[in-house]
Amino acid sequence: MKRILDFYIDGFRNMSITSKKLWLIIAIKLIIMFGILKLFFFKDYLNERYDNEEQKSEYIINELINNKN
Amino acid sequence: MEAIDTSLVDWSRAQFALTAIYHWFFVPLTLGLSFIVAFMHTMYYRTQSEEWKEMTKFWMKLFGINFAIGVATGIILEFEFGTNWSNYSWIVGDIFGAPLAIEGIFAFFLESTFIAVMFFGWNRVNKKFHMLASWFVAFGSNISALWILVANGWMQSPTGTEFNMDTARNEMVSFFDVVLSPTAVHKFLHTVSSAYIVGALFVVSISSWFLLRNRHILFAKKSIVVASVFGLLAALFTAFAGDNSAYTLAKDQPMKLAAMEALMDGERNATLYAFGVINDERNNDNFTGISFPSMLSLLAFRDPNAFVPGVNDLINGNDEHKILSADERIEKGKTAIQALKGYKEAKQNGDSASLENLKETFTENYPHFGYGFIKDKEELIPNVKLTFYSFHTMVLLGLFFIAFFAWLLYSSMKNQVTKYRWILKLGVWSLLLGYIASELGWIVAEVGRQPWAIQDILPVGVATSHLSSSSVQTTFFLFLILFTVLLIAEVKIMLTQIKKGPKPF
Repeated sequence: MKRILDFYIDGFRNMSITSKKLWLIIAIKLIIMFGILKLFFFKDYLNERYDNEEQKSEYIINELINNKN
Repeated sequence: MEAIDTSLVDWSRAQFALTAIYHWFFVPLTLGLSFIVAFMHTMYYRTQSEEWKEMTKFWMKLFGINFAIGVATGIILEFEFGTNWSNYSWIVGDIFGAPLAIEGIFAFFLESTFIAVMFFGWNRVNKKFHMLASWFVAFGSNISALWILVANGWMQSPTGTEFNMDTARNEMVSFFDVVLSPTAVHKFLHTVSSAYIVGALFVVSISSWFLLRNRHILFAKKSIVVASVFGLLAALFTAFAGDNSAYTLAKDQPMKLAAMEALMDGERNATLYAFGVINDERNNDNFTGISFPSMLSLLAFRDPNAFVPGVNDLINGNDEHKILSADERIEKGKTAIQALKGYKEAKQNGDSASLENLKETFTENYPHFGYGFIKDKEELIPNVKLTFYSFHTMVLLGLFFIAFFAWLLYSSMKNQVTKYRWILKLGVWSLLLGYIASELGWIVAEVGRQPWAIQDILPVGVATSHLSSSSVQTTFFLFLILFTVLLIAEVKIMLTQIKKGPKPF
């Protein structure tokens, strides 16, 4: 286990500047995606409005049988 | 319930298309380049040659840049499912859940574990294990693609599932029917093999650029040999898998096939067009192009005399060939919706005697369920011109890639790959053509099946959530900015590394 951990620590420590830049891009991207987009813009539509699976089913069935699209 | 405004549907579709197209800039390169790197790594392992080592390291570095920038861009598509396409997500939930869970647990785990060994493993791990890590990354990436494409295949041709009238969800009744459906299998094979072409063109493009500048000559020539063998095999297989895809389309998505060929009135001995110009979308005669009589019948049904239905047959019906009209299917769809409504009411009223009958009526008409939501049968016709031109441009580019790789391989064998500078210039630009063909393939697959989110079951207008179209527009532009920045970052970092080039042998 320690060997595996050392392998990763050494790997990250000895990364090139480009690799470090790439990790920074990955980190910024994930922060934007999960910390901003998911949190503020992409809330789960059904989870936000209904508490349980039964209510969600009810809503979707109503969508299907009353659709005026 | 209010009607969903069409601009919301259009913006939701545009947003999904934008994110899918951008995501697909990264994916084919990961899929294709990973195998090229694994092959080069194997050659290094077998020969212990410094040339192969430097080739592996250089292409692995570019693979790593693409992987790092592209990783997780597909998750945004999942965000959109939950927010913009909540009705759709609920209805398909169980079907998407299983393949995506397997993808998350197995393929992504395999890929992400071994990618560290692949990059950090030089001089740190056993050489054989290091080389195998490159193969695990390649297989892991491709297995990830398998599960995503299985899910997409199910949307194109839903099978192996049953719709539960109590929960309004499709439930899997046969995992193997879902995974091994001909649509899913052919879609996977066609898509990943086309991605290998992009990977090969990437290597050809950069190697050609080196040769044009008289840099890293031996490295570039050897890279071109590897890429042209890999690319040629991939291009030939892509054509074969594409042919099989057309065969399944004829059965499951005849409207898409008709749109791909701009076939308006169905015919026996149907003509295949190599390319042409559509003058009038609703008439077979107003078409100018190079044609092959009977070829479409042969490709679609393996019989040159077979009848291939056109757009008008699928809309107006054709008694002789037992094709239901759109009006008939709309009626059946409405019957299924009414049965679902009656089932809900009967359940509320405790009328258990009616439940079985309503369930039977629903099941009988379920194959036409989505048609019940269609208000105007013209909605059932996809954008024929876009589908036709996208398909034919993709096919022509595919044929060009076969010839191009064959030529590169032949001239490499004769040691004449640097003889014609214009071929090398074409090599540099061929990557762009590869991306165009790859993206056009998705346009054919997705535009050609409109209006369906799930073929024949759920039109896009019913699949969307009730959001304001302005909120979807906002996130559309946010994604446009985010992905463009990522793409610029990738291109910039890539160009810097390419200019540096590999270490001299």
